[in-house]
Parts: sequence; C-alpha cells; structure tokens
Amino acid sequence: MGGIEWDALLLSLKVGAASTALCLPFAIGVAWLLSRSRLPGRALLDGIVHAPLVLPPVVIGYLLLISLGTRAPLGAWLKSTFGIQLIFTTEGVVVAAAVMAFPLMVRAIRLSLDSVDRGLELAARTLGASRLDVLFSVTLPLMLPGILSGAMMAFAASLGEFGATITFASNIEGETRTLPLAIYTATQTPDGDAIALRLVGLSMALAVAAITLSEWLHRRTQRWLGRH
Amino acid sequence: MIELNFGKKLGALNLQVDVALPSRGVSALFGRSGAGKSSLINAVAGIVKPDHGRIRVGERVFYDRDSGTDLAIEARGIGYVFQDARLFPHLSVAGNLRYGLKRARGTHAVGWDSVVEVLGLEHLLDRRPWNLSGGERQRVAIGRALLRQPTLLLMDEPLASLDAPRKAEVLPYIERLAREFALPVLYVSHSIEEVTRLADHLVILSEGRTVASGELSDIMSRPEHAPLIGRYEAGSVLDCTVLQHNDDYALTTLRFADGQLRVPRIDLDPGAPVRVRIRARDVALALSRPMDVSIVNKLPGRVQQITPRDGPYADVTVDLGSRTLRALITRESCDRLGLQPGTAVWTMVKSVALDSRSVGFSRRPRSASPAQGPDLPQKPGAPAEAD
Repeated sequence: MGGIEWDALLLSLKVGAASTALCLPFAIGVAWLLSRSRLPGRALLDGIVHAPLVLPPVVIGYLLLISLGTRAPLGAWLKSTFGIQLIFTTEGVVVAAAVMAFPLMVRAIRLSLDSVDRGLELAARTLGASRLDVLFSVTLPLMLPGILSGAMMAFAASLGEFGATITFASNIEGETRTLPLAIYTATQTPDGDAIALRLVGLSMALAVAAITLSEWLHRRTQRWLGRH
Repeated sequence: MIELNFGKKLGALNLQVDVALPSRGVSALFGRSGAGKSSLINAVAGIVKPDHGRIRVGERVFYDRDSGTDLAIEARGIGYVFQDARLFPHLSVAGNLRYGLKRARGTHAVGWDSVVEVLGLEHLLDRRPWNLSGGERQRVAIGRALLRQPTLLLMDEPLASLDAPRKAEVLPYIERLAREFALPVLYVSHSIEEVTRLADHLVILSEGRTVASGELSDIMSRPEHAPLIGRYEAGSVLDCTVLQHNDDYALTTLRFADGQLRVPRIDLDPGAPVRVRIRARDVALALSRPMDVSIVNKLPGRVQQITPRDGPYADVTVDLGSRTLRALITRESCDRLGLQPGTAVWTMVKSVALDSRSVGFSRRPRSASPAQGPDLPQKPGAPAEAD
C-alpha cells in the first residue's frame, strides 16, 4: 500500500473516531428526550434527527455549508471565538460525518433506553440514589449494549460518508480526502484503477470488521447483563 | 408511631387510608388483589403521590399536603423489597448489596456481616443476579434493602412470585430479620398464612379503605372480619411456647394462656415462642367433655358470640378464659346443640390440622409486648417510639 492509501485510511479512522465521540453525548441526550420526556416538540425533533437518513447527503452538505461556512453567522462566530474553521478542514469532515451518522446512533440508543426496566430505576431510588445518580449507576450501564452497538454503527457509517463531506468540506488531500473521497478521486484519475481497487478492498474490510465487532460487543454486553 | 392518613384516587380505586402503626415489629397489610395494598406502600415510599393527607414515620414527615412537604423517594430512608426482586443485572450480588450501603447516611446500624449471615448470602456474593434462584434473588433483595440502613422496611408481597418450596425457603429468613434487626416492617400480603406467621399488627384493606387495624390475634379473633379474610382461612391466632416433645410419636406439646395444644413436631427448644393459627373450620364443638375420640386438643370454654354466615355456616366465638377460639360450624349444629352466648362447650382441634403451615415462630414472647392496642393515639409528651 502506498502513501495515498495510508493517508486516506488514517484520515478515515481519525474522522470515524472523532465523529463517533462527538455524536455520543448528543445522541444519548436526544434519545433521552425522545424516549422519556414529554417535550411538546418531540415529533418535530424526531423528524429533524432522522432527516439525514432520508435526505440526499448532498442536501445535508449544502445545509451545513450555508449555516457553518465562514460567511454564515454561525460559522463566522465559530471562527472568531474558537478559531475553528470547518470548511476545507478535517474538523468539517468530522461534523459532516457526525450529522450523517447521528440518526443511526440515536435509534440504537433509544431502543436500548426503551428496554431499560423502570422498576430497576425506582429500586435504585429507594436505595438512596438521586435521579442523576440513577442515570449513571443504573440507566447508562443497562443501556450499554445499545450505546456500544450504536457507536460502532456510527463509526462504520462515518467511514463511508461521501456526499455531505465533499459538498461541505471539499476534497483536499491529507485534509478532507477520506477513503470514499480517495476512491472517487482515483476513479477520476487516468491509471487510477489499481489504487481505486485497493481502496475499495480496504473499505470493505473495514466495514466488515466494524460490523463484526459491533455484533460481538452487543452479544458480549447482553450476556454481561444476563440477557440472551 | 407510623401515621398514615391520606387519600388517593387511582382510576377506579379510591384509596382512603387512616391508620397508626406501631414503630416496632411487623405490621401486615392484608387484602385481596386490587384492594390498594401496593398503592398504599408506594405512597409511603414516595412512588405514588397522595391527593391529600399526611404520612409520618416516627418524627419524620414524609408527606404533608398542608405544609407542602413531599420528600423525594431517596430522601425517605426506607428499604423496599419488591415482589420481583429487582436486582441490578450489571452488578454482582455483592455489588447489589453495596449499592444501598454506599448511599446510606447517618449511623450504620445494620452491619454487612450480620446481613450476610442472617440471610445466608456468603456463597452468593460473587454470583450475578441472573444466576440465582428466585428464592436466592429475594434474599439478596432483602439484604440490599436492609443495608441501605432504613428506618422502615417495606415489603410488597415478597413471596408472591415464588413457588411453594421457595416460599418455605425464604419465609424463615424474613421471620429472622424482624427479630434480629430492630426495625419496623410494613408487609403487604394477600396470604393469611404469611401474615399470621410474620405479623404482630394487622391492617385489613378492602376496596381502598383500611377497615381494621390492631394487634394480629385481636383482629383475627373478631368474627366480623372473617368475610374479609376468607371463610377457608379465617380463624384464631394463639401465641404459645414449646413445652415438650414426644419423640416416639413425633409430636410437640405447646402451652398457652388457657391450656395446652398437641401439634406435629416442631424443631424448637422447650421455652421457644411459637404462634399457632387455628382455622375456624378445623374447630369442632361439644356440649360435654368428649370421650372416646381421636382428638386430644380439647379445651373447655363458653360461647361468647354466634355470628350466622351465608349459607349453612355459623361462626362461633368461644371464650377459653383469657383467649378466644373461633369455630365454624353449621347453623343446623348450632341449633341442634342449642348454643347461645354463655353456653358451656368443649372445643376440639385435630392435631393434624395444625401443620407446619399454621405454626410459626413468634418474634418475641407476648409478655414483652405492651398490652395496649397499638393504634391508640400517642399521648403528647410520651417518649417517641421511633428509631
């Protein structure tokens, strides 16, 4: 494997890990709102969260561009306050991948939250635990199978994100050129077929590994909780 | 004193509670399913919020609508044993036991070692909850609730989901814990067998209302409560002590205030307190001392009260001197014998009817308990009973 493949692979892994980490706290929070709260705008929130599953990725990329670009108010504020520029940067790729993977993660976590026995949470409170204490000592551990499989799904999906990334963060070697973008670039290059094929093989291996690991983790944690 | 005085509408159920319970010993909350027993203890726990009224345990007010007091569940300092043990599956048995212990405030009156010993948990500590039998699970749940250092232990039909052998396994542990840990227990049950084995104080709940509250043997001896307890199970409760054993015949003789009872052998030392429940349907009456019968438990007394029941039955209360014994006979027999209040009769109870299901440990000798009815209002200035 040459430099192009390595660069793309490492960048993809980095983006996958970062976007998964970025998603996780928000996904848990949104799953909580959707599953447990009586928020009036719940249906709307549900719709917005799940929009990336059904919208063309390029639409998401464009929406990110007009809201987080350097000339957009939010993007300008990010740049002036934190010095963060999202377009044309790895950070931008992470944001695009995170938005696209978010619904997958929310779904898995919400399912696991729905299956948490409220009776156990009540039992914890009779044992002296406050609501927040119950969340960390009972609810989250019981959600672990869903959290882990949701995180793996989000990671795998982030590795494959293409449309939103290329629209929002563009295709810059070493900066925003993840595996799918590298494959696309190779196919556009004369004599790029060999590189493209190697990258495709790499992508497939990564996807299979991620899914297998996700399944294994899920089974492992379910067994840890005594579920079969 | 535990003061429960509140109301709550829950769908079709209109819960109206007005009782005072002693702050020692086991108070049983008895009633049919749907009578509101669980809602009542959930209100004490803080899981159900009353519409109005007041809940006070010792000096602590848990809920008072008028002053706006409503302590959070975790702030009430109660232990709660649920029907389904509700052990945390992500923790080991030891982790479950430690959960409440770590969060307990104040002095730790209940020690780890004594809980592990009394409930026989030593060999289970490293196991995970899903590897336990139903009975083991319930024992761990009881230990977990105790280690939380509660000022009141709530038990919501802790044996109801267990099969008969598991019940028999767990029941002695509950009997022991009430003796070993000086702690008021509010025990919900629809089984009169459990209630008579465990309780000192009995509250009967019917259609959301607390219709009777008082010392167990007292409440059980009143015929007007029989319909609520059930014709089959209703009867008298006598507190006895073991007098001697007859090993040849595997029998034990018990002594109580008005005489002796012969029962199938109980494995307790002479002098040990036991409680015997005698179902009214197992008691027969005769006008003269019965001779030439197999029955050895023959006790003289006088008819105190005759309460006709639906159908062929009549409930006869016989005064044995200091205790009463209830007999369920037919109205026809009642008339044939010409029974009336004051008639001298002999009561007969088959030893075989007094099996292990109706004989239980008593937590303490009756003489040590105060003679007054526990639901008398507390005198102002009297020393607080709580804690």
